[in-house]
Amino acid sequence: MKRLLLLALVLSAAVASHAQTPQRPAAATPAPAGNADEGKKLFVSVGCYQCHGYEAQGSNATGPRLGPRPMAFAAFSRYVRQPSGQMPPYTVKVVSDSDLAKIYGFIQSRPDPAKEIPLLKP
Amino acid sequence: MPEKPSLDRRDFLKSAAVTGAAALDFTPARALVPAAIPPLPAQAAAPAQATAPIPPRETDPPATVELLTTDRPGGDFMVDVIKSLDFEYVAANPGSSFRGIHESIVNYGGNAAPEFITCCHEESSVAMAHGYFKAEGKPMAVLCHGTVGMQHAAMAIYNAYCDRVPVYLMAGNTLDATLRRPGVEWAHSVQDAAAMVRDFIKWDDLPISLPHFAESAVRAYKIAMTPPMMPVLLVLDGGLQEDPITSEINARLRVPKLTRASAPQGDSGAVAEAARLLVAAQNPVIVADRAARTPAGIARLIELAETLQAPVINQGGRMNFPTRHPLNQSANARQLVANADVIIGLELTDFWGTVNASRDSLVRTSRSVVKPGTKLISITALDLATKGNYQDFQRYPEVDIAMAADAEATLPALTEACKRLITADRRTAFADRAKRLAEAHGAALERARADAAYGWDATPISTARMTMELWGAIKNEDWALVAESGIMSDWTSRLWSFEKHYQSLGGSGGAGVGYGAPAAIGAALANKKRGRLSVTIQGDGDFLYAPGVWWTAAHHRIPLLAVMHNNRAYHQEMMHLQRMANRHQRGITRANIGTSIDNPNVDFAKIAQGLGVHAQGPITNPNDLGPALRRAIEVVKRGEPSLIDVVTQPR
Repeated sequence: MKRLLLLALVLSAAVASHAQTPQRPAAATPAPAGNADEGKKLFVSVGCYQCHGYEAQGSNATGPRLGPRPMAFAAFSRYVRQPSGQMPPYTVKVVSDSDLAKIYGFIQSRPDPAKEIPLLKP
Repeated sequence: MPEKPSLDRRDFLKSAAVTGAAALDFTPARALVPAAIPPLPAQAAAPAQATAPIPPRETDPPATVELLTTDRPGGDFMVDVIKSLDFEYVAANPGSSFRGIHESIVNYGGNAAPEFITCCHEESSVAMAHGYFKAEGKPMAVLCHGTVGMQHAAMAIYNAYCDRVPVYLMAGNTLDATLRRPGVEWAHSVQDAAAMVRDFIKWDDLPISLPHFAESAVRAYKIAMTPPMMPVLLVLDGGLQEDPITSEINARLRVPKLTRASAPQGDSGAVAEAARLLVAAQNPVIVADRAARTPAGIARLIELAETLQAPVINQGGRMNFPTRHPLNQSANARQLVANADVIIGLELTDFWGTVNASRDSLVRTSRSVVKPGTKLISITALDLATKGNYQDFQRYPEVDIAMAADAEATLPALTEACKRLITADRRTAFADRAKRLAEAHGAALERARADAAYGWDATPISTARMTMELWGAIKNEDWALVAESGIMSDWTSRLWSFEKHYQSLGGSGGAGVGYGAPAAIGAALANKKRGRLSVTIQGDGDFLYAPGVWWTAAHHRIPLLAVMHNNRAYHQEMMHLQRMANRHQRGITRANIGTSIDNPNVDFAKIAQGLGVHAQGPITNPNDLGPALRRAIEVVKRGEPSLIDVVTQPR
């Protein structure tokens, strides 16, 4: 029990910093090809949108922005399978590796926002 | 007070029985209980047929003069007392157990101060009073049945209790079982009407005479308004409301003077020690939740923060601190708490949760998020009033100084104590800190604007887009965000400039869904006379709890702009179900069962229109939002409520 607690604390500390910086430079290893259109459907059907929004834009209340330049796929996959913060775990039994790649493809395909939005000017 | 011919209720019924109910052989209770129990009348034992009375004809002269009217019932005196307490409104769904005082309010009292606000549900009455208090600073009265009304009202009372808001409750009841009307009045009567809510109110009483009512009514007000503020309840016997005031009672009637108790201040030694820690700290942090009860509270908190040049984290239970003040560091809360060497918590709901993190996983864990040795100072009036059954008091915080006192009342002494300790060296250090904090404040605002741009043109409409379209429409008005039901990613506090005490009123307290709409309408009622533009962000699930309150808004012409955050789900619960399904490795394809509000989609605009409220929507194209807001604001400025149904992203 104490070891479990210690492990949880370490993981929890790790995700605390992770959640603050959701976007990291892409790793040298290329992400697997994932169909973004199919990924969009999966993003909804497996519930990613619930915390991250339909556009993966994120919410400071529930989950960080994921796109358009997500963290490297390896780190993304690792976190989805074994999250260390409040995110519920998505095991292979729930989301296959190929479906995860499609979701990643959808996140990558998110557009950058417009440069000038009058309502957001100071 | 003029004396009037009087006859007490039992005498009145005795007379009535003689003339009208002889055929039923109904004998009033009083006649059955003289000094000595009399023998039964001889005819009572005789065969019924032989002694059956002949019913009186309507043309027969009455045996005695039956008193059928009075022009001075007990309810009138109750109104005298209530008027002395300066209530503007009394909210109620009408009920026979308080018909006496209801009639006295609208006729004897002239339906003014208090004015009767017609509600369609007791939960709405109480939540309206809840929102009204936070905008107005004084309580609203509520009337309800002691049984079915109190049962409906219970959740809203609990919310007010958790939010430390005084609501002045009066519940009708008929105590004397021998005088109850058969049928419904029995179902609406109870031995102890306060019992079902006593765990989450501050005080209650059951006056048995009008002088008793007068003292208890004034005492209840005083208790409710002394921090920690909470709801109070008076149970009003039906006979006390309806019976004529006898000359004997009349001679004893007077309205007691109300003297408000001053709010409890922190012990001078504890204040001095807290000041010493704060001035000496390298990284002090001020955390405020329900700290600023009044406009003065905001000014006092600003003064303390500027004296120390210390960051303020606003947890939002009240307005507390301007969002654009450079010392407002709410966006940087996590980092500041982690680096703090002294943290002072002002009326925190959850001090433990402020300095610890917990994880909702298969194995629930928690850990401290502050450095070892960080000094914790608490000022909260909640230490003066705790109850055991309901667990809203959160985990036990291990603080170094605990002042059982009202934070707002203690702030002036604390600030003065700090000022006395500040040396030139400390002043220099404070100036450096101020510079760093101002830069961090500006960076956080820029970060929020950048974050808001993502998904700007999305459908469903992003909550950031909705927030900023609304801000663009109201920012040049004298606006007040009176409620925000549903989780909106903190866009308003991150992006709007909140300055005045009425611009942010905090949440429900107990997280009982259904608070948003009635609380917003109650606060808008308070703002009406001041011409403020009241605005609420209205959750879809919240709307559906007791939507009749929108009729109340239309009926009483309460101006309010309601913009819906309609994500078509009890989304928080959907996320909980997702968590369970993932934890059990079953996928989430069924997480919508029992949690979504679709199939069919609710037409909120049509519901609102049916209740007499101007309404638009559903709006799904973000470009339609700006014009809809302009149309709605025109309606609100005419003095009416207006609702826009906006289909939104989940958060």
